[in-house]
Amino acid sequence: MSGLATRIIPCLDVDRGRVVKGINFVGIRDAGDPVEVAKRYNEQGADEITFLDITASHEDRDTTEHTVENIAREVFIPLTVGGGIRKVEDIRRMLNAGADKVSINTAAILNPELVREAAQRFGSQCIVVAIDAKRVADVDGRARWEIYTRGGREPAGIDALDWARQVAALGAGEILLTSMDRDGTRDGFDLEITRVITDAVNIPVIASGGVGDLDHLADGVLKGGADAVLAASIFHYGEYTIAEAKAHMAQRGIVVR
Amino acid sequence: MSADQVAVIDYGMGNLHSVASALEHAGASDVLVTDDHKLVREAGRVVFPGVGAMRDCMAEIKRLRCDEILRELLRQQRPVLAICVGLQALMSSSEENNGVDCLDIIPGEVRFLGEPLLDSAGQRLKVPHMGWNRVRQQRDHPMWRGIEQDTRFYFVHSYYVQARQRSLVAGSTEYGVSIDAALSRSNLFAVQFHPEKSHTAGLQLLRNFLSWSGAE
Repeated sequence: MSGLATRIIPCLDVDRGRVVKGINFVGIRDAGDPVEVAKRYNEQGADEITFLDITASHEDRDTTEHTVENIAREVFIPLTVGGGIRKVEDIRRMLNAGADKVSINTAAILNPELVREAAQRFGSQCIVVAIDAKRVADVDGRARWEIYTRGGREPAGIDALDWARQVAALGAGEILLTSMDRDGTRDGFDLEITRVITDAVNIPVIASGGVGDLDHLADGVLKGGADAVLAASIFHYGEYTIAEAKAHMAQRGIVVR
Repeated sequence: MSADQVAVIDYGMGNLHSVASALEHAGASDVLVTDDHKLVREAGRVVFPGVGAMRDCMAEIKRLRCDEILRELLRQQRPVLAICVGLQALMSSSEENNGVDCLDIIPGEVRFLGEPLLDSAGQRLKVPHMGWNRVRQQRDHPMWRGIEQDTRFYFVHSYYVQARQRSLVAGSTEYGVSIDAALSRSNLFAVQFHPEKSHTAGLQLLRNFLSWSGAE
C-alpha cells in the first residue's frame, strides 16, 4: 500500500457568507462563521476543506470571495471552492482569493472545453470536476448512472461513467463524485458507482453523498476504492470529530494522517 | 538591505497569497510579493514559488528575467526557498508540455510520474500525487529542525524531480517511484510539497526558514 494518506474532507455549505445546515460545535462562538468552522476542522486534523457556495444570486458572490480570503489567511491546509463557477474568470477570482482548487459542475457539462482551458491555464491540480450521478434503470442487468445538473434537479442525459472518462481526458485533476440517490440519506456512499468510476479513471476520486456513520467512510475507501472521502452532516452536527473518523479508519486498516 | 523582509517572487503564475499568509503566520513581520528585482535584491530572504504548467512558468520567468536574479541570489548567502514548480524550474529540463528546457541551476530531470504508476505491491496509484505523504529526511538540515522523521506534508503534482547529484537530496518520498521531496545546496532549500498547505509541519518548516542563516 502506498504511504499516501487517505484524505478526509469536511464540506461546508455556505450561503451569502454564512454556513448553513445545522452546525453544532461546542465552544464556537459563531457557528455560522465559515472561518470559525474551517479553523475548527483544521484543528481537528481535516486533510482539506471543501467550501460549497450555494448563494443563489450573482451579486452576493463578492461575499464568497471575501470569505475564501479570510479562510485562506488562517487555515493552512488545501481549500476547494465550488458552486457558481461559470467561466475561466470565475476560477481565476477564486484562486486569487486563496482557493487551492476550484470545483466545476454544471458549467463543465454545458461547455466541456472549459475544463481543458482551465487545466491548461491553471494546471490540472486545481481543477476538480464535480459529478452528481443518479442511478437509472439497468440495461441488460448492468447498473447505469446518469449525471444531473443544477444541484441534482435536472438530468443531463449523459452517462456518468462516460463523463468521468471525458473530464479526466480533458485535464481535470480530480473528481468529486456525489450520489444523488444517497445524498442526505445517511445510508452510506453508493459504493457501486464509486468503484466503477474510480477504476475507470487514473485521477483521484472523492466519494460523497450519504455518510451516516464512520463505517461508511471506511467502506468508501475499502469497498468503493475512493481516494478521499467527503462528508458534511456527521461532522457539522458534532456527532463525530475528524479525529474520531481518522481513528476509526485507521482501525480498519486505512492509512490516515 | 532589509534583513527582516521576505520577498516572494511573483512571476504571474497562480495565487501567492497563501505562501505570503503562511509566512506571516510563521512569524515573518514583512512579506513582499513582487517581481521587482530591486526589491528582491534588498530582501533578507527569498521565496521562489510556482503553480501551473511548466511551459508557461518558464516563459514568464524568462520574460521577467527572474532567472537572472535567481542565479545571482544563489551565488550569495541569503536563504532561498523554492516550492513545487519553483523547485522543478531549477532543474535542467522537464517532460511536461512535450518537453521544456528549465533553468539548469540544479542538474537533473523533471519526469512524469507515469501511467500506469504502480506501488511495490503492483497496485495502481493515481496521478496527480495528491495528498499527505511522508517525507524521509535524508540528512540533517536546519530546515528540518523540530520536524520529526517521516512527517507528512501536502503534495499535489504529476511531475517529479530527480537530481543527478544524489548528495543534494535532503528529503524523499515514495509514491511508486522515489521522489526528491527536498533538495538543498548551500543557501538554497527546494521542496516539492507545499509547506504553506501542510498545517503544523509546514508552518514549522517556514519558521525554520525565517531563522535559517543560509548555511547547511
